[in-house]
Amino acid sequence: MIQRSRTWQSILTTSASLAIAAVALTACGASTPQTKAASPAAAFEGKGPINYVSSRDASGAAQKSIDEWNASHPDEKVSVVELPDSADQQRQQLVQNAQIKADTFGVVNLDVVWTSEFAANKWIMPLPKDALPVGSMIDATVNAATYRDTLYAAPYYTDGALFYYRSDLLEAAGIAAPPKTWDEMKTACKAVLALPQAAGMSCYTGQFDKNEGLTVNFTEAVASAGGTLVDSEGKPTVDTAAAKQGLSALVDGFKDGLFPSDAITYQEEQGRRAFQEGKVLFLRNWPFVYASLSATDGSSSVANKFNVTSIPGISGPGVSTLGGRNLAISPFTQNKATALEFIKFFTSEDQAEKRLALSSRAPVYASLYTNPAVVAKRPFFPTLLVSLDNAQPRPKVVQYGATTKAIQEEAYAAISGKKDTNTALADMQAKLAALSSK
Amino acid sequence: MAALLLSPTAVVLALVIAYPLISAIHQSLYADQTGIDADGFVTEGETFVGLGNYLNLLTGDAGDRFLNAFANTTFFTLTTVSLETILGLILALAMNRAFRGRSFLRASILIPWAVPTAVSGLLWRWIFQSDGIANNLLGSEILWTAEGAASKIAVIVAEVWKTAPFIGLLVLAGMQVIPEEVYEAAKIDGAGWWRQLGSITLPLVKPTLLVAVLFRLLDALRMFDLPFVLIGPGKDSVETLSMLAWDESNQLRYGSASAFAVILFLYVAVVAVVFVKVLGADVTGTKELRLARKKTRSQKAGPAS
Repeated sequence: MIQRSRTWQSILTTSASLAIAAVALTACGASTPQTKAASPAAAFEGKGPINYVSSRDASGAAQKSIDEWNASHPDEKVSVVELPDSADQQRQQLVQNAQIKADTFGVVNLDVVWTSEFAANKWIMPLPKDALPVGSMIDATVNAATYRDTLYAAPYYTDGALFYYRSDLLEAAGIAAPPKTWDEMKTACKAVLALPQAAGMSCYTGQFDKNEGLTVNFTEAVASAGGTLVDSEGKPTVDTAAAKQGLSALVDGFKDGLFPSDAITYQEEQGRRAFQEGKVLFLRNWPFVYASLSATDGSSSVANKFNVTSIPGISGPGVSTLGGRNLAISPFTQNKATALEFIKFFTSEDQAEKRLALSSRAPVYASLYTNPAVVAKRPFFPTLLVSLDNAQPRPKVVQYGATTKAIQEEAYAAISGKKDTNTALADMQAKLAALSSK
Repeated sequence: MAALLLSPTAVVLALVIAYPLISAIHQSLYADQTGIDADGFVTEGETFVGLGNYLNLLTGDAGDRFLNAFANTTFFTLTTVSLETILGLILALAMNRAFRGRSFLRASILIPWAVPTAVSGLLWRWIFQSDGIANNLLGSEILWTAEGAASKIAVIVAEVWKTAPFIGLLVLAGMQVIPEEVYEAAKIDGAGWWRQLGSITLPLVKPTLLVAVLFRLLDALRMFDLPFVLIGPGKDSVETLSMLAWDESNQLRYGSASAFAVILFLYVAVVAVVFVKVLGADVTGTKELRLARKKTRSQKAGPAS
């Protein structure tokens, strides 16, 4: 008898961990109020210490800015609350904290794609438009911090696509300028890959593994063909000729052998390695890989043999998507006046310039990209500015998590040949429509 | 008095088992009703939907996804646990023989089990990447981390590598309490190695083996981190029930996430009960302990290892 009940106990104990996991998932949902409270009047009152909730900044640049603030504001000290490295986990913690209306999170550091979700749920406060020097910021970064014509966050740093190309091989093939369109790229590839020194190389790669990178590359392909994924209301617009042209370019890239056959498993890192090892001629990637590609310690076989430009378009100029982070204020914090002042200070041009000494993150102020001292250190900045000036944010929708999943699912089905382009886009349209009406 | 002394345990159990379980079941009966008003703000409320979340699992897109995850979970459990059991047995048999460096082998065999699953997921990700060691050794160009059957194989290989030592060591412990005399008697009677394995080792090691397999079954049914890290979230080929529940809660759909968690809980519970009832696994090890004690008493002078 004892043994039997022990048996049961063991089973229960084993299953208990599951139940605990289940409640961890549900605890916050249970406390969700029936209706959202009215929007807190955009009054920024209350001074005192606040928490700045952010992902880790390994460079230490952000900490320097905060130290400077704390030195001059002894009664309004800012403490850093660090979140996990994974973006999903950061979002989960931020959401859970907002759902229980905890006042511990003052200023929050949000990925640009979360702006709509947080704004629509009133988890962040609208900012007074004159509070920030939006005029001197790159338009796309302000756009990405805006939800339905209201500014909800202060652009902190940004990110855009760069088109890396092997200048040595283009030169050898007698091509004077890097390609500006997809067709020019194909022509250039044909010429270069015929060279003996380019034997075994592939033409181009981006990020095509089924994760956020695919959403980025798909969005860029569609935007570069003149299309959009969603309209200003968040309603999907992917069942269009332009979207089809964009997706077809990617599908054909795989079909015609323009991309390496294993590019479907590439995230940012794998693509960087392929380019760095001289396996591909052209690469779409973020600016952060520039440093390792140009390393002269022998780790990179393409150092001094490559250059950057903005990404080619399908039918017009290429359109980059926008990465980066924004700072926003939680409506549940006590010290909103301090929070606003801190955001103004932290995202000011002065601080952004200071942070450039330590951090390679791209600032949101256009003037810094042409500053000779900065350009000397980061020669790709002028090109990046061109890319950012023309950039579009990823779909600005409230249910971004489910939206990007649906985009990845269908785009992946198309590029892996499981669905034809028309079906994939029609299915994507249906899925996104269902999400936007929720 | 007994009740009084046990009451702290009862309270703890109620807090960490009963409450979460009931709360999860309660939550699974509600659905978030979200919409967007004219100004673009979310209107939100929870409605009681009864078993609606569960019925949704059987229909439409969500239904396909659930059935796929359910099939994956079952498939991974069956394949990995069978392979682990066979491999674990072989490992145990090898380790049970006396040879030089045996203790070194035993220690080294534990290493895969000691590596955190997420870390081993990363290690295998490097091995299985398109220009990784796996393709190099096989001379193939298989895309292990893309959708498809290859990704399933990758998960199975990594999982078996990691957990076969666990079965191996548990079974080895079971083998070590089998007295040497039994084998000596068998030898005198002319029984060969295979006969000894079938008539002595396996029957005597069965109680331990069953417990080991049960633990592995329960673990495998909850598989999450390995496919998540090795192949990636959102890949249909390797999506398990735990990953699905995680994804739902990540999309803030707590109702259906709870429904998935409850279903998984029931599935695990049913498997455990069936396993215990049908095969009579001695989960707490009392039977085995008693047996071992009796043995050692009757043969005090027997060889220790």
